[in-house]
Amino acid sequence: MKVLLKIWRQDDRDAAGKLVDYPLDDVDPDMSFLDMLDMLNEQLVRRGERVIEFDNDCREGICGTCGMVINGRPHGPLTATTTCQLHMRTFNDGDTIVIEPFRASSFPLIRDLKVDRSALDRIIQSGAFISTHIGTAPEANSILIAKDAADAAFDAATCIGCGACVAVCKNASAALFTGAKVTHLSNLPQGKIEAQRRVVDMVATMDKEGFGSCTNTEACEAICPQEISTDYIARMNWEYNAAKVRQTGKSS
Amino acid sequence: MTLDAKIPEGPVEQKWSRYQATCKLVNAANRKKLDVIIVGTGLAGGGAAAALGELGYNVKAFCFHDSPRRAHSTAAQGGVNAAKNYQNDGDNIYRMFYDTVKGGDFRSREANVYRMAELSVSLIDTCVAQGVPFAREYGGVLGNRSFGGVQVERTFYAQGQTGQQLLLGTYSALSRQIKAGRVTMYNRHEMLDLVIVDGQAKGIIARDLITGEIQRYAAHAVVLATGGYSKIFYLSTLALGSNATAIWKAHKRGAYIANPSLTQIHPTCLPQSGERQSKLTLMSESLRNDGRIWVPLKAGDERSPNAIPDDERDYYLERRYPAFGNLTPRDIASRAAKERIDAGHGVGPLKNAVYLDFRDALKEYGRDGIAGRYGNLFDMYRKITGLDAYSEPMRIAPAAHFSMGGLWVDYELMTSVNGLYALGECNFADHGANRLGANSLLQACVDGYFIIPTTIGNYLADQRTKNLPSTDAPEFQQAADAAEAAIRKLLNVNGGRPVDEYHRALGAILWDRCGISRSPEGLQEAIIQITELREDFHRNVRVTGGSHEPNNELEKALRINDYLELAELMCRDALSRDESCGAHFRTDHQTEDGEAVRNDDDFAYVAAWEYTPNGTPTLHKEHLTFQDVKLTARSYK
Ligand SMILES: Cc1cc2nc3c(=O)[nH]c(=O)nc-3n(C[C@H](O)[C@H](O)[C@H](O)COP(=O)(O)OP(=O)(O)OC[C@H]3O[C@@H](n4cnc5c(N)ncnc54)[C@H](O)[C@@H]3O)c2cc1C
Ligand code: SF4
Ligand code: FES
Repeated sequence: MKVLLKIWRQDDRDAAGKLVDYPLDDVDPDMSFLDMLDMLNEQLVRRGERVIEFDNDCREGICGTCGMVINGRPHGPLTATTTCQLHMRTFNDGDTIVIEPFRASSFPLIRDLKVDRSALDRIIQSGAFISTHIGTAPEANSILIAKDAADAAFDAATCIGCGACVAVCKNASAALFTGAKVTHLSNLPQGKIEAQRRVVDMVATMDKEGFGSCTNTEACEAICPQEISTDYIARMNWEYNAAKVRQTGKSS
Repeated sequence: MTLDAKIPEGPVEQKWSRYQATCKLVNAANRKKLDVIIVGTGLAGGGAAAALGELGYNVKAFCFHDSPRRAHSTAAQGGVNAAKNYQNDGDNIYRMFYDTVKGGDFRSREANVYRMAELSVSLIDTCVAQGVPFAREYGGVLGNRSFGGVQVERTFYAQGQTGQQLLLGTYSALSRQIKAGRVTMYNRHEMLDLVIVDGQAKGIIARDLITGEIQRYAAHAVVLATGGYSKIFYLSTLALGSNATAIWKAHKRGAYIANPSLTQIHPTCLPQSGERQSKLTLMSESLRNDGRIWVPLKAGDERSPNAIPDDERDYYLERRYPAFGNLTPRDIASRAAKERIDAGHGVGPLKNAVYLDFRDALKEYGRDGIAGRYGNLFDMYRKITGLDAYSEPMRIAPAAHFSMGGLWVDYELMTSVNGLYALGECNFADHGANRLGANSLLQACVDGYFIIPTTIGNYLADQRTKNLPSTDAPEFQQAADAAEAAIRKLLNVNGGRPVDEYHRALGAILWDRCGISRSPEGLQEAIIQITELREDFHRNVRVTGGSHEPNNELEKALRINDYLELAELMCRDALSRDESCGAHFRTDHQTEDGEAVRNDDDFAYVAAWEYTPNGTPTLHKEHLTFQDVKLTARSYK
């Protein structure tokens, strides 16, 4: 099949960017979207041009490295699917496909489709852990965890940190990402002890990193490749308010 | 130099505790004066950075990813082993040790394997304490399942995302140390060389992948945890960035590489479907617990699988290995599949696959039962192939998956270079000639969390603050200049062929001649072909863009450059191991019914290769002794 790619090219953060047309023939419908971009890049190399920079690694939908906005949607048209798991059979012969980077002021652009998502790491570093010492833990079965609680923690823990929720949100909020981690840890007995301090620190870091606040549009849930639920945002808010009540005696 | 594995005296069950009781310690006040560089922040490196940071060392951790959470460890699906005997099915440390030594076809070190089994028990405790949401039974206790090559249920799992959940645990422990200021994290930095001063590893050269700047970092010890290199086959289950650069550069600086040709081929991957494919996707081996593997009895049978009646199906694993059936170890299952495919019984459009059939399991457990166990894998299968495995059998094929070879390390995980350690998949590991499922996450974790924090102290106790060289030292200067020069050279070739073309060509050579089966003639030919390809690369490769900017093509070119050298060593290693063992199947050493013939008299050793500039590498042998597990023919019949 043939497609017309319109790809965002931008040398660096301060340079002007623009969409550039790349017509591509002989696309195999079973090819993955990123294999298709590789094919284009090989052609660019043969022509002596600089390749299109994009981040990717596992190509299995699990590492969270890849991510671009395809026809206006982060990770493209399919639900519950990362860019690397998208295949060309999803598109039609002759389609025009617009490819842009994830856009959010907390994700500074590096080049072309590559952005810097380290703000998400800093949210985690601000408190998304259980302060246990390595190698001195109690026998694992000494604390029973109900299957429902473990499953609920697991569901929240499957966030791959791709940042699509931020890119799709009109406020560029990281609430889904942060809510998922807060929920994962606070569902487990081991994580409860620090729950209050954790949520307060993580929410403060979200603000400091310039992510917007959540206004419940729920576009994030619709776009999330892991189908992370917006219930976790509610859970985060609940945990946050509970913590604030404890700290100050009144809800914020 | 003779290889001293430094295995402690005494019975195998007591070696590790004896070591711990007698090794040197660094007192808490001195730890903060000692710097450690850790390259790689997957399960092995991330765990090591977190543990060493917690102990109070100054840790500088590097990864080429944009975040440590993305390391390839995150892709592991099936699970992690531990001898907890939670199922009361007779498991214990000794049995796990036994299974692993046998599973590795008697090419691993008893002392290391025992320690791995021993430490598996506390690993699960640590992960649960970190908040890893392992599968649970309704009563609240942890659940288990079984994996290829064993008859007990000792595998802990978090649906099909065990690696991800374990890595997130490690990443959170690491994040805690970053916050505490004990670990400085360098994301998007790639190590390009190792710096040795006075015979000791004292630093690295790294490239900042955004600015392209070549940087120098010094430390009292260097730990490599850079993962496996089986992406050298181009088509493999590994993440695209996985590479051999760190270990290859360490090799060129004096670290021996052991058993480089021992590559695990995984039997349950999705078959290649087209020319331009960049990777093969693994379907968790746990599927073999309920799926039955077969091919049509008649070669070239074109009927749809559901139209083929039972008596015209060949359940070849159940036929050949009645005791283990579909759960035979990976090397055996992969070889058996290749044998059937080569004999013309392959299925699918490219005739390169076998069936993994859930018909009977669906009858027994119902659609919901199967969805509960493997739902996400079935979804993944549909996403990639567009096919529904609930209504027709999956098509699977073997693919390169795991490097059992890697840097040679002694019992302390130190390489043959003083002060240089290697952990996780980048060392030659405890797996021998074949790795049992769910043992690799285990090895990576225990290396990082439990072993290195003790063993590195034994070395650092003798290091003093003054032993930290300045990064202006001539050794740093020389290594940095060499890295710059290598980059300039690649950019200046200005030929006509993109890097990926070389990678695909190299992969094809290796897969055909140094893959599931090997012959001496094939390996000799491969060495010639690799040499030619390498020469062509230096004449005709084209890398666009510059060096002081983000440049994916340049990153790939630097990695392929190293792969083209390592590939030759792999073939030499396969050629010199004149026997069949585990994943190394030499067509000239097999029984009449196609089983591997091992030669313990001559080859019960670890092959450790020393780099010789401009010459053939030198082979050093570490002879393996088996005191606790008797050397027996490995049978799964
Ligand atoms: C698809 C798949 C499924 C698997 N499933 C299982 C399973 O179910 N059970 C099991 O036990 N094992 C499994 N394995 C194997 C297991 O996942 C790996 O062996 C293990 O995770 C390796 O961990 P590691 O820490 O050694 O390396 P990795 O996780 O690969 O980490 C390597 C690190 O090194 C960094 N790095 C590499 N080179 C450089 C450099 N030059 N400079 C800077 N940084 C560098 C990377 O950025 C990364 O941080 C699976 C493997 C695959 C491919
Ligand atoms: S919540 Fe979903 S969209 Fe957001 S980072 Fe996690 S996986 Fe990606
Ligand atoms: S490349 Fe890993 S999620 Fe897409």
